[in-house]
Amino acid sequence: MSRPAKGIPEPRRRHLGLAAAAGSDTARGTRHGDGRDAFALAWADAVVGTSYVSMSRTEVEEHLRGLTDRLAEALFTEPFTADAARQVGAAMVGAHFTGTETLNRTIALVADELPLRLGLDRSTPWRLSALQGALAAGYAEALRQRTLDEQEAISQAVFVARDQAEQALRVSEARFRAVFAEAAIGMGIADMDGNILDANASLLDMFGYSLEELTRRNVRDFMHAEDAASVWRLYDELVSGQRDHFRVEKRFERSDGEVIWTHLTASLIRDDEGRPTYQVAMIEDVTDRHLLQDRLRYQALHDPLTGLPNRALFLERLAEAFDSAAEEDRIGLCYLDLDGFKVINDSLGHDVGDQLLVAVGQRLDACVSAPGRLVARIGGDEFIILMERSSSTRDVVAIADHVLAALEAPIRVREHELSISASIGLVERSIVGTTPADVMRDADITLYWAKADGKAKWALFDPERNAREVARFTLSTTMPAAIERGEFYLDYQPLVRLCDGQVVGAEALVRWHHPEFGLLAPDRFIGLAEETGQIVPLGRWVLRQACHQARLWQDRFGSRAPFISVNLAVRQSRDPGLVADVAKILADTGVEATRLQLELTESAIMGTADEPLDALRALSAMGVRIAIDDFGTGYSNLAYLRHLPVHELKIAGSFVEGLRASASDGSHVVDARIVGTLVSLAHALGLGVTAEGVETADQARRLDDIGCDSGQGWYYARPGPPERIDHILSDVR
Amino acid sequence: MERPSWAPADIDLDRPSAARVYDYYLGGSHNFAVDREMAEQAIALWPNLPLIMQANRAFLRRAVRYCVDQGIRQFLDIGSGIPTVGNVHEVAQEADPRCRVLYVDFDPVAVAHSRAILAGNERADIVHADLRKPEDIVGSPQFGRLIEPQRPMAVLMVAVLHFIDDADDPVRLVARYRDLLAPGSYLVLSHATQDGQPDKVEDHQKLYARTRTPMHMRSRAEVGALFTGFELVDPGIVYLPQWRPESSDDVDEHPERYTGYAAVGRKP
Repeated sequence: MSRPAKGIPEPRRRHLGLAAAAGSDTARGTRHGDGRDAFALAWADAVVGTSYVSMSRTEVEEHLRGLTDRLAEALFTEPFTADAARQVGAAMVGAHFTGTETLNRTIALVADELPLRLGLDRSTPWRLSALQGALAAGYAEALRQRTLDEQEAISQAVFVARDQAEQALRVSEARFRAVFAEAAIGMGIADMDGNILDANASLLDMFGYSLEELTRRNVRDFMHAEDAASVWRLYDELVSGQRDHFRVEKRFERSDGEVIWTHLTASLIRDDEGRPTYQVAMIEDVTDRHLLQDRLRYQALHDPLTGLPNRALFLERLAEAFDSAAEEDRIGLCYLDLDGFKVINDSLGHDVGDQLLVAVGQRLDACVSAPGRLVARIGGDEFIILMERSSSTRDVVAIADHVLAALEAPIRVREHELSISASIGLVERSIVGTTPADVMRDADITLYWAKADGKAKWALFDPERNAREVARFTLSTTMPAAIERGEFYLDYQPLVRLCDGQVVGAEALVRWHHPEFGLLAPDRFIGLAEETGQIVPLGRWVLRQACHQARLWQDRFGSRAPFISVNLAVRQSRDPGLVADVAKILADTGVEATRLQLELTESAIMGTADEPLDALRALSAMGVRIAIDDFGTGYSNLAYLRHLPVHELKIAGSFVEGLRASASDGSHVVDARIVGTLVSLAHALGLGVTAEGVETADQARRLDDIGCDSGQGWYYARPGPPERIDHILSDVR
Repeated sequence: MERPSWAPADIDLDRPSAARVYDYYLGGSHNFAVDREMAEQAIALWPNLPLIMQANRAFLRRAVRYCVDQGIRQFLDIGSGIPTVGNVHEVAQEADPRCRVLYVDFDPVAVAHSRAILAGNERADIVHADLRKPEDIVGSPQFGRLIEPQRPMAVLMVAVLHFIDDADDPVRLVARYRDLLAPGSYLVLSHATQDGQPDKVEDHQKLYARTRTPMHMRSRAEVGALFTGFELVDPGIVYLPQWRPESSDDVDEHPERYTGYAAVGRKP
């Protein structure tokens, strides 16, 4: 038989030859060594790649060379036995020549090549068949055994692996089970319909149910009347799969009816496909914390001295009353302040004061507190009574009377019999259109009224009074800015010489063009300005403005220019800076002092201390004219008049009015005499006389007849812009 | 026993296992019908597969012997599979009985079988771990017992990294092992490639998609990148039979039929 086409490479042959020479020592082996080498090489060529064996090519050849020897021995041993071939088959399997093609080629090779290579006698072909059979049988037996072993091994491995995996799972599940069972936090599992499936000991303990009792119930059975609406909205979102977890604070009712507060965390468990499968609740009992919070909250909301609700709680309840009110609901507040408490506190000590407050608190609580009514101490000696859903103002008045009566009986604190009273501000109104802040502020204002009106009484909020006060307040607060913003302006009314009708002067009259209230006459704000002291800067502004105008007239009309007459308020007249202000303004505007007349009321001049008079004297000395405004309405000390630095009397319009009437009742005669007397008096003192309120030509003529010097009034001109004076003066010319 | 989070809770014998399929290719019987069915389908598609697997196994043997010759006495065989003929510890310990071998696999059946095979071998053991988590391997008691990290070792990643998705960044993964190695250590690596046989790759990858370990073939350049930080020993990256063949006959005329690259690198 021919060798494979590519033949046996030279190096291998040499190598094998060396190995064979070293390894084979049998006589037959030596004799037939070359043939066996050649067979082993052919064998290796035939089987290489048919099985995986962990050997290099050389090692394969060496291995097969050994097997070739054993085959040869089997073939030649007498008596013949094929057992060795059987072992060769087994050895092949042992070396992992396990591919089916390996056996096929080996058997074929034994038939084709072995006799040739070993010089086997052709006469004994049965031996070869027996050899092949034994080899195949040994191979099959070993392979079967190996296969069974390996199958057994891999099955065993599967068993072990599966057992370990299951054990790991059991351990893992046991651990989770332990976490679940022994957790301090309550845990429960329910299906998506809310049926409770399992709960741990903590949860059972927390709820006071057995597992059997709990698993008969549904999650929705644990709805609590006072749950926030959001709790069950979140729950619905959870069980519908819209939300994967939520965390809320929630009340639960225990089996014994006790309410526990909890932090509840609910989570959705989804299966591998993402479908909601279970819901898990983790519930932490925070009742103790909640009670503590309640206590802290109680402390935060109550007055420690009287135990009454404090301002914070009152405001909270007030806000709630508004929040929960129906449209037709009304609300009432009695804001109460003890009269003269400070005296008691200061004279008898804080301790007595405190005891008194406690006693007052008790009396108020006793006579007022009821559902819908709250008595609170909101600071110092101030208490407030909230009346939710009052039916009418009569309700709060009745309560106020009741409270005042209750406080009438003296209060005994230690050895002191203390008689006290209280002032109460009442507000009662429909909730619609008002706010908690509104009623609080109005109650505060009303209490102030009650105090101002005299103590130990109540006052009821009066929106009109309030509006007036608010307007006054608004005016007084906005006045400084209004000066700066130029909201004030001056009108001028001519002062006319009666004998020839010549305009000789002009009285400056201040107006306020208020952005909110419109055009305001001086009576709306001068008194207020006097109260607040704003009159000083305002008066200074008027003076400067008027002088500025006087300067314009001075420039335009020269000697015919009218003097300017400016009103000076009482407070202004007492301002230490008055003289300096006037001097500076005159200097700044360049107006001659003689062209300035300052009008003061009788009361401003009479019966005052010396200082204002000194100022007036200084002004007079500068050349400034001083006029007494509205003369005849006050109680002027006529004797004193001669000592005053006065140049002009302005007779009040009320006297002048009488001169207008036709002489049916004769009153005009009296007025005419009075005016005449005043004029005589003035002239006797060297003073000029101006009549105010001249409305008719008849009046003007009569005043002129009487000897009055000047007139002022609608007959000549109403107060108006300076241009009107310009116009008159221009016309005359 | 701790069940690693990635390990299956159940041994699924309805799915073929790459380790058992490999065993079948090598003529072993450590496999089940489902494995053999898949192997036969693969072979029908790609008749060379058994030869390729044998070539891969032969490379492993040659590389281990090479490492022993270089003085390496500790081996970390990652993705060792079902112990079958020519296991690393057999090859290495035949060369020097003092060699220590730690196997790593994440097929629980392969691990259980390995444990059975290795029972009584003081110098070989197996760790049930995912090669994507080197820390699990290094942190195992077996590693502590068998491996001295301060001394050079050979890390074997033979026919395993093609089971690692690009998303798991095999280059970075190998680098993490590299950083653990003492200088003078070796990386022994073989990897399936589409180079040379592109037409059959897709179907083959589809077959492996059935296993827990889908296959990702890589190009020569991609395999080269895995050796970042290593010096390739001769002959570099070659087809499986071409890596230091024991005789010229072992390499046939079409080594590209062996659709796998083999290489050994040394950490300087």
